[in-house]
Amino acid sequence: MRGTSTARRLRPVLLGVTGVLAFLVIWELATRLGWVNARYVPPASETLAALGAFLLDRHFWRMVGDTMVTWAIGMSIATIAGIVLGTVIGLSPFLRSATRTTIEFLRPIPSVAIIPVAVVLLGPDRDASLVIVVFATFWQVLIQVLYGVADVDPVARDTQRSFGIGAFHRFFHLVFPTALPYLMTGIRLGATVAMILTVTGELLIGAAGIGRLLMERSTVGDYAGVYAIVVTAGLLALGINLVVRVVERRVLAWHQSVRGEVLV
Amino acid sequence: MSVSETRRIRLPRPAHRIPSWLRLPLEWFALPILIVLAWSLISIVAPNPRFPAPAMIGDAFVENWINETFLTDVLPSLGRLGLGILLAIVLGIGVGVLVGSIKWLRELLEPAFEFFRAVPPPMIVPVLVMVLGADDTMKVVVIAAGAMWPILLNTIEGVRAVDQVQRETARAFQLQRWHRLCFITLPSASPQIMAGVRQSLSVALILMVISEMFLASSGLGYRIEVFKQNYAYAPMWSIILLLGLVGVLLAVLFQIAERIVLTWYRGLKEAERA
Repeated sequence: MRGTSTARRLRPVLLGVTGVLAFLVIWELATRLGWVNARYVPPASETLAALGAFLLDRHFWRMVGDTMVTWAIGMSIATIAGIVLGTVIGLSPFLRSATRTTIEFLRPIPSVAIIPVAVVLLGPDRDASLVIVVFATFWQVLIQVLYGVADVDPVARDTQRSFGIGAFHRFFHLVFPTALPYLMTGIRLGATVAMILTVTGELLIGAAGIGRLLMERSTVGDYAGVYAIVVTAGLLALGINLVVRVVERRVLAWHQSVRGEVLV
Repeated sequence: MSVSETRRIRLPRPAHRIPSWLRLPLEWFALPILIVLAWSLISIVAPNPRFPAPAMIGDAFVENWINETFLTDVLPSLGRLGLGILLAIVLGIGVGVLVGSIKWLRELLEPAFEFFRAVPPPMIVPVLVMVLGADDTMKVVVIAAGAMWPILLNTIEGVRAVDQVQRETARAFQLQRWHRLCFITLPSASPQIMAGVRQSLSVALILMVISEMFLASSGLGYRIEVFKQNYAYAPMWSIILLLGLVGVLLAVLFQIAERIVLTWYRGLKEAERA
């Protein structure tokens, strides 16, 4: 009995590893057998070797650090701004309806459109990069907080009102717990978006980080290095995703979506 | 307790102070107009070439976009965007349905797909420029390759979650594979698929712009680069306005599509609530 259940649990893991390995083998074969131009698409083995060489390279790690710092700063600013403004706007029906069109117009503006303005204002540096990271991430958080704050149970709200519970307690015991699952969704979506815009800033503005490293390697013609950096970016994003999911489960451990359907 | 001791209950204010025909336009336009007015005032009091007045941005908008550049730069960009999104949807749903309905295939490919989805799409632009050159094909491929993953993974998820009873009923009645796909699998997965499409739209728009910044000679991304190099402030702001309008247009089109595709779903939700 135990054997079969272990096998059942192992099966997806084994198959998943097989899938990744199969992809690497096909990549290797495609380049070795000349299905694709090996000049621009180096074999998987060369790419992994380049990645291995990077791991010993201090410049590489500094660039990874720069990327993560930009991501973290941008994420923090966007989250705090999103929570504060989302709560203020969300709690007032007047503000909510007055800001709707403005938000609906500003939100879909792709951050890359702001790059020129950010660069002339702040110079081709991390600051300009941060502007586009914050701009893109902020909307993700704000929208979720707006939904979350609006979702407060009317009965609970009326109850606290008739008991004369003050604004401070109302926020921390009613509004915040209601909005928290929404906020975590916003943070999860925002984390991905922030990473996308962080490397975009590095690629296009030239802020320090793995995006700039990719451009440098590409100019030198080190194509295996370029692919290794793409893989690095994927791994970083995957790691961020994983951490955010773990935090989400921890923070929402009390919430029904995580606890499962024990009681309603 | 006497009447005087009870606190006065505050009644909701009468809502009729603003005539009802005026309320909606006021809600929609009051804040945007206020912002534009405030911005105009500031640019008169303390002019700063980096923050041109809204009127100047408007002029730049008309000057730069309402002429033949609309045909040579804007429309081709939008065409590639549309083509890329379409390709992403077709590929995402096609592969997603296939992988989602076969268990071992799903377990085989899902981790690899999760990794591809995690790679920040702008990173693949320089790579694809290298491999494919900087032509239209590359730009469409970039948009499709970046926008495909949310749709693909959401489709897999949606197909996996098709109601077991429905699936078995269909099998018991020996519904043809094609009918099963059209009448059970796809409709049942459509809310998830649409959520994926929504996520992919903003990525597609970003990729449209970025793909035109590398070695390009036309398109919106190319224009951005030109304005940046010339320190043309008002046109720079006008492009934000233009891309904002494109974003709103995409959002509206998506909402229409969603309403059509998910009519049954909203009906179901309302029936459940009633």
